Amino acid sequence: MSLLANASVLLGKELRTEFRSRELLTTTVVFILMIIVLFSFTFDPTSAESRRFGPGLLWLAFLFAASLMLQPCFLREQTNDTLSALRLSVEDPFAIFLAKLTANTLFLLLTEFLLLPIFSVLYNVPVLPVLGWLIFVFFLGSLGVSIAGTALSAISAQARMRELLLPLLLLPLLTPVLVASTEVTKALLDPSPYVSWKGIGFLAVFDLVFLTALWLFGEYLLEE
Amino acid sequence: MTKQVIAGVLVVGLMVAAAYAAFFVAPAERTMGLIQRIFYFHAASAWAGMTAFFVCFVANLQYVWRRQQKWDSLAVSAAEVGVTFITIVLITGPIWAHPVWGIWWTWDARLTSTFVLWLLYVSYLLLRTLIEEPDRRALLSALFGIFAFVDVPLVYGSIRWWRTQHPQPVIMGGPGSGLEPTMRKVFFFSVLALHALMVFLIAQRYRLEKLRTELDVVRREAEGL
Repeated sequence: MSLLANASVLLGKELRTEFRSRELLTTTVVFILMIIVLFSFTFDPTSAESRRFGPGLLWLAFLFAASLMLQPCFLREQTNDTLSALRLSVEDPFAIFLAKLTANTLFLLLTEFLLLPIFSVLYNVPVLPVLGWLIFVFFLGSLGVSIAGTALSAISAQARMRELLLPLLLLPLLTPVLVASTEVTKALLDPSPYVSWKGIGFLAVFDLVFLTALWLFGEYLLEE
Repeated sequence: MTKQVIAGVLVVGLMVAAAYAAFFVAPAERTMGLIQRIFYFHAASAWAGMTAFFVCFVANLQYVWRRQQKWDSLAVSAAEVGVTFITIVLITGPIWAHPVWGIWWTWDARLTSTFVLWLLYVSYLLLRTLIEEPDRRALLSALFGIFAFVDVPLVYGSIRWWRTQHPQPVIMGGPGSGLEPTMRKVFFFSVLALHALMVFLIAQRYRLEKLRTELDVVRREAEGL
């Protein structure tokens, strides 16, 4: 239980840090908005075309945004060497990851919800009838992105060229999330929507596999 | 030194024999003709590359648990050789596909996941160049290598289920789908030859890595003085 207690304290700290400045959230929202607008120039965004390309573009935008948003996750612990303090304060270093990945999932979800209505309006795709399922898919997908992303940002924070390195490491690793999330979202935005259980199951498996890997190997990522 | 020369001669002999078998022993394929003979190098390289990545994965795990330099040296050697073999696969594939399928590339599960696999290991090698301190480089790249290897089946599954335009490769569904007996023998001989080449290359690269590490230690000591 001390793991969850520790993690929730750390989660509070992550959320406070972000909501004081809101730097990360504002930049990410603007970034995704920009991609969504720029993408509309690359094809004719009628309703039918948007249904074909929209889900993919949405998830690609989320993935790119995440690979930028996850940069400071461990980096900002370096400035005052607060990571050492964190490590000393918890029994199990997995609590640090748990807190950070929960915070990152929340941040991602928040930006996604802010942008979903804008996407719906600009691309003429109604989302209200399937909103519940969309939220569920966004959650599963963003969780996968955050688990892998948090782990890799601990790696990239310790390397040179880290700004470029994180997307390079993260994006190929997230191919399965991109494929499955896009597929499920596409099924939901279809004129006759349906739930792709296979895709949802696949996302759940991805999340589980990487959470287990992080649980097993996370402590090594934080070694001095 | 002599041992290596002997091993080198053996590997060269095997490769020449495999080439001879592929060109002269194996029968010509009925519909594809001569171009099908690239299969003996294409598919065998893929198998050798995958084996190399598996070696890299095992070495990564061993490094994380045991923290011995030799495992890191083995991991980087295997990853580099694996990337080389998969590069050969990605080049010979389109050369074969173009005359047979009429296109250079199709976004089929096996092609695409091989490409993503290649990207993952290129990232692994890139990551290694960007961390200065040797122990940290070894540990962090080993961890990334483990994550990357765990990802491979997921990549394959996702692409197979949702992104494949050719559910089953039209021609040549692999050795399982009924190869002619001589072709089968030649193919497995090629697999053997390319595995021998892979092991030889990894061993050579491993030696080089060991020398480099030694040199690095000496240099650091000299700078420290």
